[in-house]
Amino acid sequence: MVESSPEFVQLITPEGERISNPELDPWVADVTDAQLTAWYEDMVVVRRIDTEATALQRQGELGLWPPLLGQEAAQVGSSRATRDDDFIFPSYRENAVAYVRGVPFADIVRVWRGNAQSGWDPYKHQLAAPNIIIGAQTLHAVGWGVGAKYDGVDSVAVTYFGDGATSEGDVNEAMVFAASFQAPVVFFCQNNHWAISEPVGLQAVQSIADRAPGFGIPSLRVDGNDVLAVVAATRLALDRARRGDGPTFIEAVTYRMGPHTTADDPTRYRDKAELEAWKLRDPILRLQRLLDSLGLLTPELEARTQAKADEVAAELRAGCINMPDPEPLTVFDNVYATPNATLEKERDQYAAYLSSFDSSNTTSNGGRS
Amino acid sequence: MTPDTTTKTLTLAKAINAGLHRALTDDPRVVLLGEDIGALGGVFRVTSDLLAEFGPRRVMDTPLAESAIIGMAVGLAYRGYRPVAEIQFDGFIYPGFDQIVSQVAKLHYRTQGAVKMPITIRVPFGGGIGAAEHHSESPEAYFTHTSGLRVIAVSNPQDAYSLIRQAIASDDPVLYFEPKGRYHAKGEVIPELGASMERATIVAPGTDVTLVTYGPLVPTARDAALAAADEGVSIEVIDLRSLSPVDYPTLEASVRKTGRLVVTHEANRTGGIGGEVIASLTESCFNYLESAPVRVTGFDIPYPAAKLESHHLPDLDRILDGIDTVMGR
Repeated sequence: MVESSPEFVQLITPEGERISNPELDPWVADVTDAQLTAWYEDMVVVRRIDTEATALQRQGELGLWPPLLGQEAAQVGSSRATRDDDFIFPSYRENAVAYVRGVPFADIVRVWRGNAQSGWDPYKHQLAAPNIIIGAQTLHAVGWGVGAKYDGVDSVAVTYFGDGATSEGDVNEAMVFAASFQAPVVFFCQNNHWAISEPVGLQAVQSIADRAPGFGIPSLRVDGNDVLAVVAATRLALDRARRGDGPTFIEAVTYRMGPHTTADDPTRYRDKAELEAWKLRDPILRLQRLLDSLGLLTPELEARTQAKADEVAAELRAGCINMPDPEPLTVFDNVYATPNATLEKERDQYAAYLSSFDSSNTTSNGGRS
Repeated sequence: MTPDTTTKTLTLAKAINAGLHRALTDDPRVVLLGEDIGALGGVFRVTSDLLAEFGPRRVMDTPLAESAIIGMAVGLAYRGYRPVAEIQFDGFIYPGFDQIVSQVAKLHYRTQGAVKMPITIRVPFGGGIGAAEHHSESPEAYFTHTSGLRVIAVSNPQDAYSLIRQAIASDDPVLYFEPKGRYHAKGEVIPELGASMERATIVAPGTDVTLVTYGPLVPTARDAALAAADEGVSIEVIDLRSLSPVDYPTLEASVRKTGRLVVTHEANRTGGIGGEVIASLTESCFNYLESAPVRVTGFDIPYPAAKLESHHLPDLDRILDGIDTVMGR
């Protein structure tokens, strides 16, 4: 099995040292101290969301949760680089992207509580419904991007997927179509090294980023645990798209430090030493070290960040626990945009069936209740 | 500009072309996409001349990948377009199946109504033209089994024109099945929307047997009604038009009148629309039935080679045999 090669572009070393890269530096030359600390806060908060949601799952409040532990820089950096009018087509692990896009905290867990198939209005946050069919959303991004181009706007479609999805036909078809139509699309692959139990080497015998040029799409391989490098790469790709230069492929090399979902047991398939090695490359730790070296990691910042994380976690927990169950007959809602006679009949019959219990409760003494 | 209300005689293929032309003219958000639909005008010429008139942004020749054609339509719909995707042949729809049933059908439900998928997927279907493998199939039942999709099949030029326009105007995704063996059949077309695409049509009234069909077998069923009349049996022929949802009130009224039911389609019997229609009508009209309903369908086989297809496809004689069965003769 060939491991994915370690070469990638980087702006912050795991030790927190800012190093220069002539290709990426210009894209983050304007980044302020305030932005760096804001991204730090984002990453701490989304890690806390992960911890809280995992706890809620263990307590039976969520059916399932897909942790993004370790992927904070990849998700925060890339989504913070987008503009509000860009449209994001995520997979199912992009909970940090949903946070960045302003999705209410309880809505982030709505899907995993089982209350709805999608927690938010895609148009309100320019964030499509999460997609569990891995890779299917990459095609939607191409269609949206072509539409934006036809509309004469410089908005860009950004699509997220994992290393596992790159084996799917849809991702490859999306690259063919994006190249053919020069669609303004950023393909953002989080190579987190594991597709449930399958190592990235089973998906790719050479680096994933190497594939895109074969489709006529320029690509970048970036350290996905380096928030500054991710911001720079995404800005570069977005700019190409806005200027009419078509799609760009970014492979963000990162690591899923937790399980695939709360139902998974990674100790069955991966070496503990591998996890320990990746912990040294933790995305939050390295930004913390950089901030420290810049004199920005003040007790005030730490306190403020922790307070924000606590506040978000409390709001998430309260929103989750107090979320009312959906009404039974809403199961029939929104299957069609226009009435469907067959379905209306099913709804009416089920409504009558349900109301038969109500009448037995209210009219009989000792009826079934 | 005053609307054109002139009656014309058109082939079924030309009628769809005229409907597409009108939809492209009326709504700038309508775009066509598919393989070979541009300069060639489609392998059946259904999209002839549309590229020349509307340009490559409205009439998009795509690379050869069905999942991508449908997936791209999803993205266009997310952005507010009304895409009309052409699948070149029935048997080529399967690579696009996941996008149709997992994405197109479900996104409105998944997003609690926030996202609409006004996508029309045109599919030439059916056999009898001596084609190669994968070019003669009847895959409609796969889609009637999927909630969130509307499925229609047209049988004549007027419906072809009217229903393509209704399909494109629908905020729900529509699978639009075109009987490729009848593309060259001619008929009068008035440029109007006609009866709702949800309604079945009684194409020949009768009193003894209800004969239900759709798409390519409608003319055959009509012939069967004429032949049966010679033997003194009065057949009511119904063209379903909509396979999902089915217009049960029209079917129920007919069965209550005739007391006998035959359903015929080219598609395989097992899990087909015939079984569903018969089950539903048996539930609602059991006490009116004089005899057990009968299906006259393709066999439960992969679509056979061209020199065997006449044995697989229901024809006049097999339909008449089915009518004899429900008549107890």
